[in-house]
Amino acid sequence: MPLNREQLAQRISEEIEDGFVVNLGIGIPTLVANYIPNNKFVMLQSENGLLGIGPFPMESEVDADLINAGKQTVTEALGASYFSSADSFGMIRGGHVDLTVLGAMEVDQNGDIANWMVPGKMVKGMGGAMDLVAGARRVIVAMQHADKEGNSKLRQVCTLPLTGKKCVNRIVSDFGVIDLTSEGFLLKEYAPDMTPEQVLKATEGFMRIDPNCKPIQLKDQSPS
Amino acid sequence: MRNKVYPNAQAALEGIKDNMTLVVGGFGLCGIPENCIQALKDSGAKGLTCVSNNAGVDDFGLGILLHTRQIKKMISSYVGENPTFEKQFMNQELEVELCPQGTLAERIRAGGAGIPGFYTPTGVGTKVAEGKEVKVFEGREYLLERGIKGDFAFVKAWKGDKFGNLIFRKTARNFNPMAATAGKITVAEVEELVEIGELPPDQIHTPGIFVQRIFKGQNYQKRIEQKTVRKVSILCP
Repeated sequence: MPLNREQLAQRISEEIEDGFVVNLGIGIPTLVANYIPNNKFVMLQSENGLLGIGPFPMESEVDADLINAGKQTVTEALGASYFSSADSFGMIRGGHVDLTVLGAMEVDQNGDIANWMVPGKMVKGMGGAMDLVAGARRVIVAMQHADKEGNSKLRQVCTLPLTGKKCVNRIVSDFGVIDLTSEGFLLKEYAPDMTPEQVLKATEGFMRIDPNCKPIQLKDQSPS
Repeated sequence: MRNKVYPNAQAALEGIKDNMTLVVGGFGLCGIPENCIQALKDSGAKGLTCVSNNAGVDDFGLGILLHTRQIKKMISSYVGENPTFEKQFMNQELEVELCPQGTLAERIRAGGAGIPGFYTPTGVGTKVAEGKEVKVFEGREYLLERGIKGDFAFVKAWKGDKFGNLIFRKTARNFNPMAATAGKITVAEVEELVEIGELPPDQIHTPGIFVQRIFKGQNYQKRIEQKTVRKVSILCP
């Protein structure tokens, strides 16, 4: 069975180390925050100018001056700080953010990522995505392995306009955990009830199977 | 001392003309200069180029200037959430320059700091790089991006004094400090306007040198785009 959205988020949460500063994109990446265990000290960065995102506010705490990059009302975590957009992207571009997790429409075997526009459709803009993939120390992509028609989104070459070149370190898809190497995709883990060969078959780009490839193991855990 | 204090937004906009470039603070609807935007609408100035991270929503923020077709061009990083924008853009009635958010922040910062251009790794190998100089530093490619200055800049702060010193609040700071530096005339609207000496010098985010005009804003709506709440209280350990 491919992973569902919550399981994807849970698997990605294991990529987060104690002491990390992490920027989570909109969608599945946002769910990752729910699975960070309490014994890890993690600061979540919001590119609109907050380091230390707390949980959603109680109704009585809602503050129009306190939102995340998705424009949702949030609270501040202990140890939080506020700053300007220039400082925020100084953190991001300057390599001070340990990890970013983003969604993608396509990733190719060179580590190029496309996640901001589809020609012919209304373009909403790249927001901070191009800065994040260019500057974060580690870029993890959370994505569906295939589109609704079953076409692989892990391509030989991206067909959509790029967000960044050679910048993805790891993909966590509903089919598996895949690293980007100088020789294309490397399958490290696969979804339970699938086989590495099935993942390989579902991938358009060049993929090798790691000799130590193993099934994804998720701890019994509900969101914290 | 030169008086910087204006009675209201309408007065503070004196000198606004058609075809001007305006740098406007705010992220989404958070920290936007609500009074100035309304006064811009009332001024009827058109052909405007607005440099702002977003374009507001249909009936609020810069969106209201799209409705009246006063904006000719937007320079922004993200313009979703706005059907009027979409319609005018698709009909090619509106020019749009999409710029990565960090690049936009730095372009405004640079413009205000006397730096005409800078190199950034953001956007290398993408559509954003088209027509721009690429230079290699220590084996990595960077794009030349240009600083931005405005005829006017409009910012919203929490507190300000009569010299123009500003303090922002929480994430309503966002693009406002950079925008404040980038206007030939910077207009600051504040929730609380105090006497010189009342703001602690160590707490000031934008020194008054950058602000030419200041007024106390009125009737702030502070709209929330996505109100998200939790039901249960979380106890801190």
